[in-house]
Amino acid sequence: MISLIINGKTTKVDADPNTPLLWVLRDHLQLTGTKYGCGIAQCGACTVHLDGRAVRSCVTPVSMASGKQVTTIEGLAETALGKTVQAAWQEVDVPQCGYCQSGQIMAATALLKENLHPSESEITAAMDGILCRCGTYNRIRAAIQKVAKHPLLAEQSGGAK
Amino acid sequence: MKTQMENQMENMAAQNPSRRKFLKESTALMGGLVIGFYLPIKSGRAYAADAPPKLVYPPNAFIRIAADDSITIVVNKSEMGQGVYTSLPMLIAEELEADWSRIRVESAPVAAVYNHTGFGMQMTGGSSSIPSSWEQLRQVGASGRILLIRAAAQQWGVPEGECHAENSQVIHAGSGKKLSYGKLADAAAKLPLPDNVALKSPKDFKLIGKATKRLDTPAKINGSAQFGLDVYLPGMLTVLIARSPVFGGKVKRFDATEARKLPGVQGVYQVPTGIAVAASGFWPAKTARDLLEIEWDEGPGAALSTPKMRAEYLELAKQPGAIARKDGDTVQGFKAAHKSISAEYEIPYLAHAAMEPLNVVVDLKPDHCSIWTGTQMQTMDHAMAAKTAGLKPEQVEIHTTFLGGGFGRRANPRSDFVVEAVQVAMAVAQPVKVVWTREDDTRGGNYRPMWSDHIEAGIAKDGKPLAWKHTLVGQSIVADTSFEAFMTHNGVDATSVEGAATLPYVIPNLQVELHSPKNAVPVQWWRSVGHSHTAFVVETMIDELAHLAGKDPVAYRLGILPADSRYRGVLQLAAKNAGWGKKKLPAGHAYGVAVHKSFDSYVAEIAEVSLENGKIRVHRVVAAVDCGMVINPDGVRQQIEGGIVYGLSAALHGAITLENGRVMQSNFHDYAPLRFSEMPRVEVDIVASGELPTGIGEPGTPPIAPAVANAVFTLTGKRLRRMPFDQESFA
Ligand code: FES
Ligand code: FES
Repeated sequence: MISLIINGKTTKVDADPNTPLLWVLRDHLQLTGTKYGCGIAQCGACTVHLDGRAVRSCVTPVSMASGKQVTTIEGLAETALGKTVQAAWQEVDVPQCGYCQSGQIMAATALLKENLHPSESEITAAMDGILCRCGTYNRIRAAIQKVAKHPLLAEQSGGAK
Repeated sequence: MKTQMENQMENMAAQNPSRRKFLKESTALMGGLVIGFYLPIKSGRAYAADAPPKLVYPPNAFIRIAADDSITIVVNKSEMGQGVYTSLPMLIAEELEADWSRIRVESAPVAAVYNHTGFGMQMTGGSSSIPSSWEQLRQVGASGRILLIRAAAQQWGVPEGECHAENSQVIHAGSGKKLSYGKLADAAAKLPLPDNVALKSPKDFKLIGKATKRLDTPAKINGSAQFGLDVYLPGMLTVLIARSPVFGGKVKRFDATEARKLPGVQGVYQVPTGIAVAASGFWPAKTARDLLEIEWDEGPGAALSTPKMRAEYLELAKQPGAIARKDGDTVQGFKAAHKSISAEYEIPYLAHAAMEPLNVVVDLKPDHCSIWTGTQMQTMDHAMAAKTAGLKPEQVEIHTTFLGGGFGRRANPRSDFVVEAVQVAMAVAQPVKVVWTREDDTRGGNYRPMWSDHIEAGIAKDGKPLAWKHTLVGQSIVADTSFEAFMTHNGVDATSVEGAATLPYVIPNLQVELHSPKNAVPVQWWRSVGHSHTAFVVETMIDELAHLAGKDPVAYRLGILPADSRYRGVLQLAAKNAGWGKKKLPAGHAYGVAVHKSFDSYVAEIAEVSLENGKIRVHRVVAAVDCGMVINPDGVRQQIEGGIVYGLSAALHGAITLENGRVMQSNFHDYAPLRFSEMPRVEVDIVASGELPTGIGEPGTPPIAPAVANAVFTLTGKRLRRMPFDQESFA
């Protein structure tokens, strides 16, 4: 049994320790917001946060996640920043098919957590690993650039950060 | 000349089924619809997690109004990113006078009432969802509104003519009385259907034409949107299949001893497409599949290699083929030509590479089969599933989930992925989810065909084209499918030559010929189908002619387009917005232009390109589109942006190649979609139009490759005639 803390809740799963976190989230816990796109760290559809940092869950053995805070798209709205990123995504109407968007949002939130005012090139660097076959990249950029000034962020976090 | 597809599209309005018949059938269907759709499933966040709203107003299969005033629109097209879960409800809501904030959407089950009005089956493709639903869904909405007004008028004892509907309410202006749709729905449901339904004049539209937020966005930003891969049933096993490494190969013998030992593995089965490993989840299934030892009888497919095929195709391009179009006399035309050029083009196979790899969930019982998948082709998949399982059609149901991209791959004319999953379910006595890995998806065939083209073109003294001979070589997508009979005539598959045989320029002597060789590689429609390669060939050659004539490429095109051509409007708009011929571009940057019509919509694109470290860099694309009346302008912009990215991915990087029958690409590292860092700025402008709405999902794709290639010529003097462009070196 492996003990995991996912979106703040402790859960035990019976899985081979080598199983990628992605498949534990999906097949064991039915947290299906995290997507499979390539399985080899090429597309970012499986991006989740491990202790606040963006990782590719398709190449992260579940044993490595044990004892760490795992945040998935389902738990993102629990922070002011996560909620604001989602609001910005909604306002720009980013998604098309939507399949890549969990990964995009998780990667963007990890970026903004470190750097609320990323430059154009910092956004490009942070998002380059997350593929979108529907071509939503420009809207992703626009949404990321909205977050720092978003009223929801100030409101939720009392103006801090 | 028009292609079959275009004729079909134009006939759509005329082919609308009689409204009364259609509404009656819809009503008769409601019982089946409700039972079929809300099949209860208990595990996880199952597909039908929402409790069904109380159905009080079922006048037809597309609208349900509940007592709480919520309105459910049942959408008969698959949502694969193109926005139909928003644009189609807009058509109904406009005429229904519905409160847009209370609209929710469900995907339709498989039933004749949900058939495409032009194609006569339930399917999503050909950029035809809006054009084929434009009349139909507005009529659906309008008849609902009439019945609700009638019900209110009867209740109040006032003439109907004194009442009107607004924001999901019927209002009697004289008395100020109001009743909400939810309160009227019961009574309205008992009234006979109206005979005459007058539709609004476009000037009265409140919703159509307004930029409207997508209804599916909330679910797509919080992880709750359910794709096929997200369906979990109780007792379900995940199945991965080891398929032949060569198209058409068969299992000779296999040894699954090691695979079966792995914890979580429930069974290994031989199925018609290969060896299926069923396990408790993806990871054990994948790990066990890697342990299989399989000997294949590879068959003739093993002889296929891209260089050899290319040589054969190029040779064939010099031979006479089936005539797709013949105007004037090209032999005389070339004799009279002032200058002539000829060129060969090489265009590769392409995988669709939707972000969500193919997958199908099947729950097969002795007398029933339930399927969950993201499909674009419900009617055919349904029939093929029933046939495969040996069930009656009414014993099979398909639940269409969100599609994590479709691009044509999820509309397989042989229902390949659905049939295979049913075959697996027949072997495994439990519900199954068949998952294709990214590698399976990339190597699974059903590609955009590989093409070799040859063009010879001559211009007169005044620079105008005098003769044009274009020969295309590539597999027919519809060959040996049920589509062949109505799409192929005199040896010409209309989709092979669309955009080539339909080029708009005035050329007195013009001939287009086609060769359709056959081989073991399965081929399929890929976003914009034939246009995905013909626009490149035609629009780069026209650019060459402009250069040969010493003319500006935009002015040259305008000089050889018919005076009333709608191509002109988009070309002029894009040129104006880009500052073509006026704007001073940064040093080392150049513009390239292309204009193309597909799915009855006209798109011009101007690409601003430079070379960075010997690589093509596209900085900006200025697009102009004429798709007739616009339903959701923001949806149009999304589709043009997405279409450009899809076409640019292929232009710069996309190629599927074969060696000894084996596909050389496997995943995103060697079949690379455009990345964030390669994304150009995109500016989209829409021509104001009162024409009937036309397609938008695909028309953004064709012009981008030629626009970029033409810009590269301006930069380097080098003509790009082979795709993808990243095989060229500009060092
Ligand atoms: S699925 Fe993990 S990076 Fe693609
Ligand atoms: S929205 Fe479809 S892949 Fe990104």
